[in-house]
Amino acid sequence: MLKEITTRMKQGYKTIKFPAGERPKMTEHYCGRPIVNQVLCKKDCNACVEICPTGAISKEPQLKLDLGKCVFCGECENVCESKAIHFSDEFSMSTSRREDLIVSTDEEFKTVAEMRTELKKMFGRSLKLRVVSAGGCNACEADVNVLGTIGWDLGRFGIEYVASPRHADGLLIIGPVTKNMVLALKKTYDAIPEDKIVIAVGTCALSGGLFALNPETEAGVEGIFPVDLWVPGCPPNPITILDGLLRLTGKIKDL
Amino acid sequence: MHSHQSFINIKNGKPIDLNKIPLLEEKAFMEAIKQSIGEGKRVSSYFACSSKEQGFLKLYAVLLDDENQQFMVTQTKINSDKFTSLATVCPQLQLFEREIAEQYGCIPVGHPWLKPVRYHHSWTDQDAWNRKEEEAILPGVGDYFKIEGDQVHEVAVGPVHAGVIEPGHFRFQCQGEEVLHLEIALGYQHRGIEKALIGRPDKKTRHYMDVLAGDTTIGHCLTYCQNIEGLMSTEISERSKVLRGIALELERMANHVGDLGSLANDIGYLPTASFCGRIRGEWLNLTALITGNRFGRNFLIPGGTSYDLTKDQIVVMLNKIKLLEKETEDAISLLWDNQSVLARFEEAGILSRKQGEELGLVGVAARATGLGRDIRTTMPSGVYKKMPISIRTAESGDVYARAYVRGLEIKTSVEFIKKALGELLKNAPNKASQIVSSDSIKANSFIVTVNEGWRGEICHVAITDNEGKFERYKIVDPSFHNWMGVAVALRNEEISDFPICNKSFNLSYCGHDL
Repeated sequence: MLKEITTRMKQGYKTIKFPAGERPKMTEHYCGRPIVNQVLCKKDCNACVEICPTGAISKEPQLKLDLGKCVFCGECENVCESKAIHFSDEFSMSTSRREDLIVSTDEEFKTVAEMRTELKKMFGRSLKLRVVSAGGCNACEADVNVLGTIGWDLGRFGIEYVASPRHADGLLIIGPVTKNMVLALKKTYDAIPEDKIVIAVGTCALSGGLFALNPETEAGVEGIFPVDLWVPGCPPNPITILDGLLRLTGKIKDL
Repeated sequence: MHSHQSFINIKNGKPIDLNKIPLLEEKAFMEAIKQSIGEGKRVSSYFACSSKEQGFLKLYAVLLDDENQQFMVTQTKINSDKFTSLATVCPQLQLFEREIAEQYGCIPVGHPWLKPVRYHHSWTDQDAWNRKEEEAILPGVGDYFKIEGDQVHEVAVGPVHAGVIEPGHFRFQCQGEEVLHLEIALGYQHRGIEKALIGRPDKKTRHYMDVLAGDTTIGHCLTYCQNIEGLMSTEISERSKVLRGIALELERMANHVGDLGSLANDIGYLPTASFCGRIRGEWLNLTALITGNRFGRNFLIPGGTSYDLTKDQIVVMLNKIKLLEKETEDAISLLWDNQSVLARFEEAGILSRKQGEELGLVGVAARATGLGRDIRTTMPSGVYKKMPISIRTAESGDVYARAYVRGLEIKTSVEFIKKALGELLKNAPNKASQIVSSDSIKANSFIVTVNEGWRGEICHVAITDNEGKFERYKIVDPSFHNWMGVAVALRNEEISDFPICNKSFNLSYCGHDL
């Protein structure tokens, strides 16, 4: 017992202060929310479109990057000689609407809107989520899970993952939605009492990602359920997921 | 039949001409495999490939000869509707045979339990279970091994589980609290990767490797890169090899630490559970320090690595490791000093060394039974040739052994990472490597590469066609060898010990389902 106590004391208090305190610093090669520059983009060049493994970039009529399809490999930035695409270190990039994930102009990014008043009344201070992996590769799973550890302590915001859909207020979905998981996923959704929300985490869930064209998957949750929060990334950094959840529940309001 | 005539011996990551592989009659092929496995060789990969001749398939066997540090490869031509099953004499082949049946609609005659592996439609126009092309396939639906009697009851768990984990279905036959039999049905994670890889590589292929099993990004990417580099006769720089080794060991650290935390969690021992939950993330953050991504996405590329480390970065990493090493050691050593932890871990889910051999176990699960299987030592590539790693084993084959081996390997890996970073400090960083173009891949070749990922042996085989494209790219995640181990370990255990037994293997669902 003594050893447990001394180890506990040595381990110290390790919970991240976010959203209070200084903004967390991302590592050097981190690929965050991309910035697209139409002026620098050469009209007769198609290098970024050609190299993108998931077809996230189009140039019709002007340069567009779909965060819902992007795997954040950064190859488009590497290949662009005119530096028209740059992955910033901005980790806040979740949205409320699918179309807001398409980055094309220098306009302000439309981040997550707070959930509507009657939902916020119910879930704002206590949100229980059922997490289902439907073809996820265990990376999104890991970074969703890590929010529950003492390093992040999701519980301090009243948000928790629960073991039964009957106990849940919402469904958090990971993976491209494999054909073999559609039924179980729908049953889980149906078992959650109304009103409920749906959160899609990771590029696979958003669009099918690398698997969008494989007949073995449904190419993401779009069209299966109404989605309240889209969290891009492959996988999203835990702070991106937390930032999205806190914006949805109205705990972060600034841009 | 002498095995030297039946097989060609090849080295890890070295390509050969496809026509150098002996082509045996089916009977001789099966005899050769049976004999070699009887002599202590084991199956690394066993798969079919479409043949240019209508009505026939090629069948390839890749055996691993631990003693002589080489692969033994052979092939045969079979009628596309059936082949001879060896599953009853070589249990480690049973899942491979079911996979062939599912992918090509070709029936292994004599297979004792011929069920689908992933519940998908056949790649050809024939189906082993006569399922119609237009009919949807319901995963997990079908016969299960059943025990009957007044006292017997059945427990079904999944595909959706209580925690944040991947889906799979577990069917227990119990008498009271005792599990008489467990059958595991997977396939819920099937994303169609192997089929999609035929005819590549292209710009997507490398990214597929990132997500085959997302917790093993480095292990699978490393194996893929070495296959491509082998097929192009490209040597990468010594420094890249060291960087790759560091990434592979960081991946092992994060996962081993996470697993020990989860094991503690499953028995309600919260100190280690909560410390390791955080510490695991710190090890992932070290990978992020090198690559920008906690899982090392896009770090390994054919030709080397996308980034290098500057001296300043190395010093930062070494300082972080110094602190983290102590915290990790403190958190884990609590487990071995606590009687109630040991009471739960010891003698739970035992697999004997003999069972390990029969089932063809790999990785931590194999080493916990005393089997000295670790590719880093037995068939080293890259940095492991110059910086050897000693194999860590235990004898008892129980949950305790699987946990304890992880604890030992954590120490070995930390030492390795520190030493490797020290090596890097001696020289200035390279420029980032350039991705080698896949245009000049050797045509009509066969290559097999294995690496010791944190779960165990990762095996990728590439067979190229006339144009240097993949006629077949066969992936074997260590989980594919080990899932049967979980089922067998549960026999005659209390069902309440299922979580720790399962977690002590911690196998991949998506790596199995692909």
